[in-house]
Amino acid sequence: MQLVTPAIGLLFWMLLTFSIVLFILKKFAWKPILTHIKDREETISNALSQAEKAREDMARLHGENEQLLADARKERDAMLKEAREMKEKIIGEAKGAADEEAKKLITRAQDEINKQKLAAMDELKKEVAGFSVQIAEKLLAQNLENNDAQKKLIEHQLNELTQKAQA
Amino acid sequence: MINQVSEIQSIRSLKLVVKFLTISIFTLFCNSDVNATSIEKVEHTENSGHESHKEEKFQPGKMIMEHIADAHDWHLWGEGQESVTIPLPVILYTESKGLTTFISSKFEHGHASFEGFSLNEEGTVIWEDESNEEAIYDLSISKNVLQLFIGVIFLMFIVIRMARHYGKRVGKSPKGGYHLIEPLILFIRDDIAKPSIGGKTDRFMPLLLTIFFFIFTLNLFGLIPIFPGGANVTGNIAITMVLAVIVFVTVNIHGNKYYWKHIFLPDVPVWMYIIIIPIELLGVFLRPFVLMLRLFANITAGHIIILGFFSLIFIFGAMKPGLGYAVSPLSVAFTVFMSVLELLVAFLQAFVFTLLSAIYIGMATEEHH
Repeated sequence: MQLVTPAIGLLFWMLLTFSIVLFILKKFAWKPILTHIKDREETISNALSQAEKAREDMARLHGENEQLLADARKERDAMLKEAREMKEKIIGEAKGAADEEAKKLITRAQDEINKQKLAAMDELKKEVAGFSVQIAEKLLAQNLENNDAQKKLIEHQLNELTQKAQA
Repeated sequence: MINQVSEIQSIRSLKLVVKFLTISIFTLFCNSDVNATSIEKVEHTENSGHESHKEEKFQPGKMIMEHIADAHDWHLWGEGQESVTIPLPVILYTESKGLTTFISSKFEHGHASFEGFSLNEEGTVIWEDESNEEAIYDLSISKNVLQLFIGVIFLMFIVIRMARHYGKRVGKSPKGGYHLIEPLILFIRDDIAKPSIGGKTDRFMPLLLTIFFFIFTLNLFGLIPIFPGGANVTGNIAITMVLAVIVFVTVNIHGNKYYWKHIFLPDVPVWMYIIIIPIELLGVFLRPFVLMLRLFANITAGHIIILGFFSLIFIFGAMKPGLGYAVSPLSVAFTVFMSVLELLVAFLQAFVFTLLSAIYIGMATEEHH
């Protein structure tokens, strides 16, 4: 039964040795090794997360560049469009102004024509009146030479005029 | 979950107890064999005097027991009086004589007595005067103790150098041979300790690592056939007992209120306490007991099988020398196979012991929410 009976000496030495080994290894081996492994793992995971972050930054920058490019393109398009609009507007305005001017010129010309026409008609009237007076003078002069009754009419007329003036 | 674990545990325990009983019976058988042959030998000595040991029959049981048992000298080669051994210091304590120290060569391989002490057939120190009943406390640096020292010094040398190496390479992976050790450390931390213990892993890592590397190193030393190895240290019940007691103490010191509640106030009807509490209490002691037996039985069994295969050569050789030669290639092949298997077992048993220790610690420190 020696095999299954623990020997006192071996128990003693084993307990002593194992305790010392546990103490020494804990202090001088396992703690530093485990700390080191943990530190390294942290370093690696940090590096990985930083790489991930850098990748994201790159993607973001790329996106931003795209955005900038798109914005620039849009701006250029907008500018072109504006320029085109401006051109059309200017042309339109110029056309309008010319029309206005033309209209003004036409109206003025018409006014002038009207004025000229009126003046001409006045002249004509005056001419016709002069002619009529001359004709009437000639006719009247012929009639007054021989008729008393006509003398009376004239006198009557004169009276009336004087009465009107007195009133 | 704990119940499941303990159920599995109890099945395993049963298996181990059976294994243990088998080995015990084997041991008894061997011992009776030894006793029988010793009588035979005495008869031989009476008959033929000096020539006796040469005519001695080969006794496989005795040879195997001598190899796996502890001894006061380290046998290298040779038989009986001509054997070459490394003598080891004998340290004895007795009430009457106090501390007695001398070198084991004074015993002359068990043929002489010294200062009133002599060795019996099993290699145990006894009083020369067999009627003396006084207890002898044998604290000798025996073969197993020396093997223990060699293994432990080797382990500390490697591991402390590794720690230094790590110190020189901050933030980098190790170089060279340390590459082989780091995966083991990570394996113990990530696959054994963390799943079992959880958040408190860091606190128990030094103990678990020491247990693992201690068992693994000494298992491997046990597989070396000659001097710096070969002693059956991890297959010695005293060694496994100390390891188991350390685990037992650790588990019960760190056991929290849930652990003790599970034992003394389990969630079952009160009338069942009369059954459950003794079972749980038994479990508390059975777990380390099983740890002790498993390691002891597995390593000893491995040594016995390898030695058994070698014995075959000499058993057949004793019948007819030609037969011995004929059997030897087979024996060697089997021994090589077994040695490779034992390499696996050396790792496996260290792993199992550490894993179960971690599970027991985890069970005792688990927080219930």
